[in-house]
Amino acid sequence: MTDAGATTAVAETDLNRRKFLTVALSATAGVGAVFTAIPFLASWAPSERVRAAGAPAKFDLSKLLPGQMTTIIWRKQPVYIVNRPQELTEKLAGHEAQLKDPQSAESDQPAYAKNEARSLRDDLLVLVGTCTHLGCLPKQRFEPGDASLGADWPGGFYCPCHGSRFDLAGRVYNGSPASLNLRVPPYRVDGTLLTVGEDAATTGAA
Amino acid sequence: MATEQETRPGLWGWINKRLPAEEFLRSQLLDYYAPKNFNIWYFFGSLALLVLVIQLLSGIFLTMFYKVGETTAFDSVEYIMREVDYGWLIRYIHSTGASAFFVVVYLHMYRGMMYGSYKAPRELLWLFGMFIYLALMAEAFMGYVLPWGNMSYWGAQVIVNIFGTIPVVGGVLVEWIRGDYAIADATLSRFFALHVAAVPLALILLIVLHLVALRQVGSNNPDGIEIKEHKGADGKPIDGIPFHPYYTVKDIVGVGVFLLAFCVVVFFVPTFNGLFLEAANFEPASAISTPDDITPSWYFTPYYAILRSIPNPRLGALAMLLAILMLFFLPWLDRSPVKSIRYRGGLFRFFFAIFTVSFCGLMYLGLQKAEEPYVTLARICIVGYFSFFLTLPFYSGREKTTRVPQRVTFHE
Repeated sequence: MTDAGATTAVAETDLNRRKFLTVALSATAGVGAVFTAIPFLASWAPSERVRAAGAPAKFDLSKLLPGQMTTIIWRKQPVYIVNRPQELTEKLAGHEAQLKDPQSAESDQPAYAKNEARSLRDDLLVLVGTCTHLGCLPKQRFEPGDASLGADWPGGFYCPCHGSRFDLAGRVYNGSPASLNLRVPPYRVDGTLLTVGEDAATTGAA
Repeated sequence: MATEQETRPGLWGWINKRLPAEEFLRSQLLDYYAPKNFNIWYFFGSLALLVLVIQLLSGIFLTMFYKVGETTAFDSVEYIMREVDYGWLIRYIHSTGASAFFVVVYLHMYRGMMYGSYKAPRELLWLFGMFIYLALMAEAFMGYVLPWGNMSYWGAQVIVNIFGTIPVVGGVLVEWIRGDYAIADATLSRFFALHVAAVPLALILLIVLHLVALRQVGSNNPDGIEIKEHKGADGKPIDGIPFHPYYTVKDIVGVGVFLLAFCVVVFFVPTFNGLFLEAANFEPASAISTPDDITPSWYFTPYYAILRSIPNPRLGALAMLLAILMLFFLPWLDRSPVKSIRYRGGLFRFFFAIFTVSFCGLMYLGLQKAEEPYVTLARICIVGYFSFFLTLPFYSGREKTTRVPQRVTFHE
């Protein structure tokens, strides 16, 4: 077999065809790479076991007396449930000027909690007990005129880590290191049963 | 050499001033000439590299969900299979990849034996390859123990006990390997560390050395002639073609065909009827209940058949070791100056055929129960296997070979 034929072909290469083949191959390989990446990336999503453990948490509200707070765990986070008495709910009005986000425009809450009480009902407060600054658990300071917080303190939460202050709707005060109001999780109430993690509108995936 | 004077534009230029990137790519891909007569047997080196990448990727992701420990390992594998999103796919990719690695590597080694790729100046290349083979076997063995199924446990028990046949130190050695008086949590933990970190690092190092050694001497070819002996006016071998684009494109085709077969197995027959994932391993390890047949994975069965066909455990272990060692000595056992089987004498072809049949026979027989007629057949195959190596030094120096051509030929 002569090898002379090997060199003459060089001058006649169809560069358009070559470019087409290169582009077609690269595109196909790219699609293949994306499809291959999907299962690996998806494996990082919360697994079935984690999703099951993240199911909505329930609490019987009849156990909570006015002025009392309890903490339950939902999706590995602390959730504060407060039975907010009438006289403390009334104190929510009147100090909007001292709050960073009084209308909750920047903060995270479901639509039914975008009100002054930040809640479905005035007498119930459900908050994620994680300070929106760096994540400590704010402590309850429900007594109005509390000694360390000043005579005009209407009741609320105080975070011990860096001194952020929140009112009894979880709204953050000016001068706090935190800049957002405490998060309100999705929840629903059926009679005396509170379910955190689920809205009344959409059952299931919250 | 004049590359300092070249100014390349933009980011690529910035990088190249600080790292010989373009120089490296050029020398390894465009200026590296490989023989132009590569055939189908030349796909398996690049495929082995592909399978390595597949195993590293799927293995790392498995490590994210696997929980080492005798009380948690088995359940964590079931967790991966049933509860982690696409966990079943990652697991099957890894188990299929393990078998695929051996299919590819055995075919790769067979090519080397057929075309004399182990002969001078490629002896070191062959030796690095043999060390890669050993590391691969260790990696596969330890990986199989990790799910802590019943076959994991008993397979480990049997293999580690083989080390007990070593005279004088055997007993102490076995206990030292195990870290306990039987295969136990201590053994599992150390196998995990070795399988995930140590052996992969050793494998990568050996593969780099293997590739550097290849680059140094250049590839052999099916005709077994040295293409560097005939250079053209431009200093390039006239029977050579640049690796890129010819062999990059050829290897991409090989990758495509391989991945097709690989995916068919992964998605439709991942257990491969008990060959890739044994039934006995779907039960948790039990120290008080052995599986009916303790057989290793198919890629170990040739050596396993040798081990158990010899009634004396010490001699059996020795024979198994020698069977693997023979391959290390191949470059020096074979005295023929002719590399490729295409031009070698009848005796070599005969014994090579015997070797092939014996190895495949041993592989099949090792999967069967240890009873007649399998045991006798295995003994015959052992003779056949060793006969290839042991007769080589005697006839290979003076066998009647046909004339080796000066230039490559094209067969199909």
